[in-house]
Amino acid sequence: MLRIRRAEEAIAEMCQRGEVRCPCHLSIGQEAVAAGVSAALIPGDTVWGGHRSHGHYLAQGGSLEGLFAEVLGRTTGCSGGRGGSMHLMAPEQGIPGTVPIVAGTIPLAAGAALAYKLRGETCVAVAFFGDGALEEGSVHETLNLAALYKLPMIFVCENNLYSSHLHWSERRVADNLDQAGAFHSVPGARVDGNAIEEVYEATRQAVARARLGAGPSFIECRTFRWRGHVGASSDEDVGVHRRGELAEWLEYDPIRRAAEKLAMDLAADGAEIDREIERALAAARRGSLPEAGRIGEHVCAS
Amino acid sequence: MRELNYVQAIHEAHRQAMAADRRVFLIGQGLWSPWYAGGSLENLDREFGRNRVLDSPVSENAVTGMAVGAALAGMRPIVFHPRLDFLLLAMDPVINQAANWSYLFAGQSSVPLVIRAVINRGGEQGAQHSQALHAMFMHVPGLKTVMPATPADAKGLLLAAIEDPNPVLYIDDRWLYSETGPVPEEIYRIPIGEAAVRRVGRDVTIVGISWMAAQALEAADVLATQGIDAEVIDLRSLKPWDQVRVLDSARKTGRVIVADPGWRTAGAAAEIAATVAAEAFHDLHAPVERVTLPDAPAPSSRVEEQAYYPRPSAIVEAAWRALGRRVGAAA
Repeated sequence: MLRIRRAEEAIAEMCQRGEVRCPCHLSIGQEAVAAGVSAALIPGDTVWGGHRSHGHYLAQGGSLEGLFAEVLGRTTGCSGGRGGSMHLMAPEQGIPGTVPIVAGTIPLAAGAALAYKLRGETCVAVAFFGDGALEEGSVHETLNLAALYKLPMIFVCENNLYSSHLHWSERRVADNLDQAGAFHSVPGARVDGNAIEEVYEATRQAVARARLGAGPSFIECRTFRWRGHVGASSDEDVGVHRRGELAEWLEYDPIRRAAEKLAMDLAADGAEIDREIERALAAARRGSLPEAGRIGEHVCAS
Repeated sequence: MRELNYVQAIHEAHRQAMAADRRVFLIGQGLWSPWYAGGSLENLDREFGRNRVLDSPVSENAVTGMAVGAALAGMRPIVFHPRLDFLLLAMDPVINQAANWSYLFAGQSSVPLVIRAVINRGGEQGAQHSQALHAMFMHVPGLKTVMPATPADAKGLLLAAIEDPNPVLYIDDRWLYSETGPVPEEIYRIPIGEAAVRRVGRDVTIVGISWMAAQALEAADVLATQGIDAEVIDLRSLKPWDQVRVLDSARKTGRVIVADPGWRTAGAAAEIAATVAAEAFHDLHAPVERVTLPDAPAPSSRVEEQAYYPRPSAIVEAAWRALGRRVGAAA
């Protein structure tokens, strides 16, 4: 969690300075969801992320240098500099590729789960998505298909209460996302997304269910992003004041909370992580920029 | 050589691919139905099991997205849409996801997926069950599009599409299902991007796509009786399309007609005409002619349908125009 926090703070600074130019959707404040889910997975499982996926990538073990080089548009980036912040990949770590079309991850994860099932493997596919994704039709199509085919899949909804600038109450009449799967017989749970042990426990149960062939689960993780929809700022500067909850959520920090429970020394861990980040940033900045003449490469695989 | 019809050739390609490669599976609407796929998938569920031949709920977007995800997870899916019109509900997985994937990740992974969609026109089915939308997909980088017109190509292009590491849109036309022709029994591939010269001629080049390639051959027979020697090229692949064969023929005859089963504006024929005009301008003796559907949705009534779909006579008339003959004055 701390690595995700510090890495994203470094990216936020680079966004503010203009060194990073691609749109970065930061998950600062939501780190316990990524870390808690990944802690319950094993090699072979896959995680399908979206536009706000630096945390998913790092929680799975994606390299810091690969992330930094990617947001800096270097050919040494995890996606060869072609994807930017919204398209990260680390196949060896179970990140086949993140895609920012809202809800786009969900059928892809279901397809991977179908592949595991057809091959008789016990791997699990996790789809991450925000609360806004529940307003897309493909989620409901996929919930039905996943239940029908008993797919080894977990729907993880990171409910940070806002879809961009719109509060959930401006988009729905009921605060009931955990029931999204009920109509399709997909069991749902609501957990405190800032409590890593709750996220881990819910995921562990869902993973066990999936590996047993009992089908998909839906987990709603309640959390809050400290920054704005995109970029380093909280969006207050552009007139998005949300509803005054930010101060309260800043007090409910998933990292401080976990550190207190575990009696960890954040300062010592933080210093070590900062050194790691500095090294990775320096290496990323040394990465070469793409050559304009190669713009036509990789349109098709050969 | 043994003869099969077009639908039998598609069926055999599926059977052989599924028998040869455990990664190949089928998902989509109507796979367990005796009539949805016009016999092209008949009994595959019995032969290979319903786990590998999944007749899906009507959820085009999610089902196509799942096929993309399964391809990324190492499978070789074929996702079936019994009408090309229905594929419109799945544009996000086809274009945003599958077509962009290789480029987005600098070639580190790709989506080996076949999207099979059927053009199923006529029969008074009206605008939402009749559309030939290939040009929309031809526009998209990273997506290959093939449209076989003969039984041999129906089999060989499907097998090539299944083996291709990229997403391939395979469009077959129900009007071609009764066409018969020699089809090799073994597994073989027709290279994607390679056109076929169906008839060698010197006066005019007719580039036909899918159903219109068959119409072009009929038109060429009529033209022959009028002393006009037409070369007929069956394009077979729309993306990539065989610019070398088309341009070579254009330079030889100096007159080109493109017969396209789609609409006129920004259509496949427009792209081919523009390329021929740009690349072979000094060898042309006449403007490139396009034979297409009018820019109107498909009508339902039989009377209007007959006026809507171009027949070989439209290609013959286009040839006359290209040759500077007054329409109706030939023969």
